[in-house]
This record gives sequence, C-alpha cells and structure tokens, in this order.
Amino acid sequence: MRSLRDRWRRDRVLLLLALPGVTALLLFHYLPLGGHIIAFQDFQPFLGVWHSPYVGFDNFEPVFTGDPVFLNALVNTVIITLIQVIFVFPLPICLALILNATISERLKRLAQSILYMPHFLSWVIVVALFQQMFGNGGMLNAWLRSADLATFQIIGVPELFKLMITSQVIWKDTGWSTIIFLAALSRVDPAQMEAAVVDGASAARRLWHVTLPAIRPVIVLLLILRLGDSLSVGFEQIILQQAQVGAGAGEVLDTYVYNHGIVGGDWGTAAAVGLIKGIVGVALVLGANRLAHALGEQGVYAK
Amino acid sequence: MTSRPAAAAAPVARRAARTRPRSGRGERPVWMGEPSKLGVGARGLVLGLGCLAVLVPFWAVLVTSIASPEEVNKAGGFVLWSNEPTLDAYRAVLSGGIVTRALLVSAGITVVGTALSLVATIALAYALSRPGSLLHKPVLLMTLFTLLFNPGIIPMYLTVKQLGLLDSYWALILPVLVNAFNVIVMRAFFQEIPRELRESAHIDGAGELRILLRIVLPLSKAVVSVIGLFYAVAYWNAFFSAMLYLQSPEKWPLQLVLRTYVVNNTPIGADQLSSSLENLPPQISVQMAILVISVLPILLIYPFIQKHFAKGLMVGAVKG
Repeated sequence: MRSLRDRWRRDRVLLLLALPGVTALLLFHYLPLGGHIIAFQDFQPFLGVWHSPYVGFDNFEPVFTGDPVFLNALVNTVIITLIQVIFVFPLPICLALILNATISERLKRLAQSILYMPHFLSWVIVVALFQQMFGNGGMLNAWLRSADLATFQIIGVPELFKLMITSQVIWKDTGWSTIIFLAALSRVDPAQMEAAVVDGASAARRLWHVTLPAIRPVIVLLLILRLGDSLSVGFEQIILQQAQVGAGAGEVLDTYVYNHGIVGGDWGTAAAVGLIKGIVGVALVLGANRLAHALGEQGVYAK
Repeated sequence: MTSRPAAAAAPVARRAARTRPRSGRGERPVWMGEPSKLGVGARGLVLGLGCLAVLVPFWAVLVTSIASPEEVNKAGGFVLWSNEPTLDAYRAVLSGGIVTRALLVSAGITVVGTALSLVATIALAYALSRPGSLLHKPVLLMTLFTLLFNPGIIPMYLTVKQLGLLDSYWALILPVLVNAFNVIVMRAFFQEIPRELRESAHIDGAGELRILLRIVLPLSKAVVSVIGLFYAVAYWNAFFSAMLYLQSPEKWPLQLVLRTYVVNNTPIGADQLSSSLENLPPQISVQMAILVISVLPILLIYPFIQKHFAKGLMVGAVKG
C-alpha cells in the first residue's frame, strides 16, 4: 500500500473531477434529509428551521389516528400501484417478446423508433394529448358526434380517473420499458434454443422453459424497483389532472404532501407524511430485495 | 452494497448483437422453422396498432395546428387533413408574446443545464471508473445511495429556499445537476475501455485530464450523446420544479405555459400573444401550435440519438 501522501499526489486530479458532482449530490440529496426535522416542529416559515418550536410526534397524528383525508390518499396510492403492477408491468415483457420474434431487422427498428418516442414527452404534453383525444371537445367525441352517435364523458369523471392515468402510463412508457427486456432476450443462448427444438419442444414450451427463465433476473429486478416505488405514483401526471376529478379520486400521498404543505401551509403534517413515505419506500426496496435473495435471485445488489 | 460489475453484462450483449445478421431483412435460424401465419398476423397487428396509437395523436395535433379557420370550424375541433394549410397559428404564437418568451426560457435552461450536467457527470463518472483510487469507495457508495431514496418535496423546497434559489432559474438546474443513474451508466461505459490504452498514455506522460479528454471521451461518443439526450429531455420537460420554485409568471418555461393554456384551457388571446395579426387563428389551432412547438425539439434530436439505444448501452447499468 502506498502512503496516503503518494496516493493523494496520484489521485488529486480524480478527486477534483469528482468534486462538482459530489457537491451537487451532497447539497441536493443529503442536505435536504435534514429538512425532515420539521416533521417534529410546529414549522413557521418566518421562524425557519432553526427557531420553530418542537412538538414531538404531534404532526404524525393524522397518520396514527387514521385521518380520513390521509387514508384516502394512501388507499388511492396503493390501488394505483396495484393496478399498475398487475396490468402495466407485464405489457413491456409481452411487447419485447413480440419485437424479439420479429425477424426483419428493418421493421423491428422502425417499430422501436416509434414506440420508444412517447417516453421522451413531458407529462404536460401527454396529458394535453389525452385531453385532446378523449375530452368532451376531443377527437373521439367529435367523431362520434359527426356520426350521430352518443358521446362519452371520459375526462373529469372520478370513477374513470385511475383507468385514465393507467392508460397514459401505458401509452407513454410501454415501448421504452421493452429496452431492458430486449437486451436480456438478446442474451438467450441460441444453442439452448436449438437443443430444445431438437428435443421436440413446441414454441410455447420454448417460451416457458428457455426464454422466460433467461430473462427472469431482469423481471425480478424491475419488479423490485417498482415495488420499492409503491408509494410514488406519477406525481406530475396526477397533479396536472387532479383539479378535474377532485381530491376524492385524485389525491395520492405525494399530492397530499404538496397540497397540505406547500399549498396549504400545514408544513408539519405534510413533512411527517413525506418522512413516513420515504422510510417505508426504503424499507420496501430492502424488503423486496431480501425476498428476491430468499427466492434465489440476484436482486438489485448482491448480498 | 456491492455493485455487480456492469462490465460482465455489456460485452455479452454486444457480442450477441454482432452475431445477428446485419442485413435489413434478417435471417431466420434453421431451427426456428416456419412461423405460423396466425402468429405472424397477430404480432403484426399488435405492432401496427401500437405504432398507430403513437402516431395518430401527433398527426391530429400537427394538422389541426396548420388547418385554416374554416376547416377547424367545419370539423368542430380536430382536423385530420388540411387542403389549405396556414402557418398563422405559429406566426401568432411566435411573434413575441408569452409563448415566445417561454420558448427562449426553456431553450436557455436546456442548453445551460445539459452542458453543466454533462461536465459534472462525465467528471464524476471518470473519477469513479478507477477502482483503488483515493476515496473511491466512499464516493461510489455515496453516489449509489442516492438511488435508494428521494429527499421528498418539502425538504427539497426548504433546501432550495434556504440556498436562496427560489424564483431563480438555477433552482431548475442545480438540484438535478447530477443524476446518479446516469453517472453509473457512464462509469460502466468508461470501465469497458481497455485499460492498456490509458496506461500507455500515462507512460507517455499524459495526465488524467488529458487522458479523459483525448482518449476516453473520443471513444465514448455514444454514451455521451445518450446521456446528453436524457438530461436535455429532463430539462426541457421539467414542469413541477418550475411550478414549485418559480414565482413570477414572466419566468415561466414552456411546460408551464402549456399547462395553463392547453391542459387547463385558459383562453389565450391577443394580450398573451402580443400578436399583430388582425384575426387570431382559432383557439384550438393556437393550442396545438404550442403543443407542436414543445414536442418539436425532441422529435428533431431523437433520430440522431435513437440509434445508440440498442447498443447494449443500458444493459451494463441495470446492476448498479
């Protein structure tokens, strides 16, 4: 081992290179963690973090006593996550299998270019597009009217809100999410496939016994990441459309924090809910990862 | 948290990509046999419908933005074909009103932000691509750990406020300057460059900075352009940070204008557009023109970067 001085002389340029990035991460990822302290304060903006009085766990009351407004946000969040894990998560896998089975490279590349694109549009644009397509004056209803058919009110109906945001997620990200599965599929061993064919395995059997096991680690990995994100469901997407359906259908945990804290001025409660959400989020990732290890998978990081 | 080396995965993917036929048509391996007509048809149908679902809204928006007022009135909203296209809506929007200003703001934030982000990300990724260097492990862990949690809205707001960045454009850039995921992707790419290249340059007397600029970066054009696209798109698309941190409407970027006048349907008139046109184009054409303008830059850059996506670039990064 070289002496510290030697290493410093050798690596100081590297450290200098790391400095701007490290500073940014410290200032905007680690320093804000200190801001969670206001979850235990009766925070007054004019007093600031340093001088606001401490109130113990008072701010956590809505969480512990099951305040209906909070519960509603929690339930909406969990329902949306469940819908998306069950109905949205498998779609890119299916689409990747279809793309992978497309032999013509040119056709495949064309389809990929088109299908990836919505991922790069902002939520404002996606929401605007959906409104223009499905709103009361939108394309669908205009067409129905011109054909003298009954029109549908889709936008602004609380019962359809979850369906709406789920379709938006599907439209925006299904194509892009195939990328990772396609990469995994390209690593399926052709020799194994050939052997399976020689042994008389049908296409369905090959899918089940060769292809899917080969991409299982990636599926598990992405599922873990999604579960770790259970309590975050498309904040920008929802805050844009919440006004149309009201808080009953449209409030999720993130919007609760924003609406109560920054809009409503109830900083303490909002920070308390945010803090709990953060802790549960980290616990979910670690828990899901441990589950993956228990099932013999690699997970996000090795043991 | 030990990172499983990304290096293991990427070359495999690349090798697999090489063995695949280069020709456009592609060749079916012998063992596959002929696919059933039904299977091919079903696959074609899914891909075709998927692509239509992406393309039709764009088409409708584009045509409506250039349709003449008569055509818009006749259709009662969307127009799918225009016989007398006009650029009046664009003229109205780009003649110096709120949309023009927002466009300049967004462009400025995107250019400055992307440049700064790339510099900081490349530098950090290069420093982290050298295991065994001083403080390598703590810096790597610190970077990886930020992937696990997100500071939350309220603490972020308080931090930005404490740092005196409220209502400043820097509030839209500095908090998202470095994205750990992008650092890890880039680091994986740097680590794939044979170390002999670096070492021989070192023996020839090149310093770290010179090695980075003259050897590593020229070999990393693909990863730099893809990560650059990620950052640029994020800056261009940022909506909530602008809503949270910017208080004066005259500082609004395009996404906030889009939300106000297109999503929320706030009427947009001569006052907002400061247009000299005598008759303003129909409201919906103006709205669609704003929408097209906010999508266009992404559509223009996308084809140049898209070709890099398939190169197994992302694979390495999955295992952070």
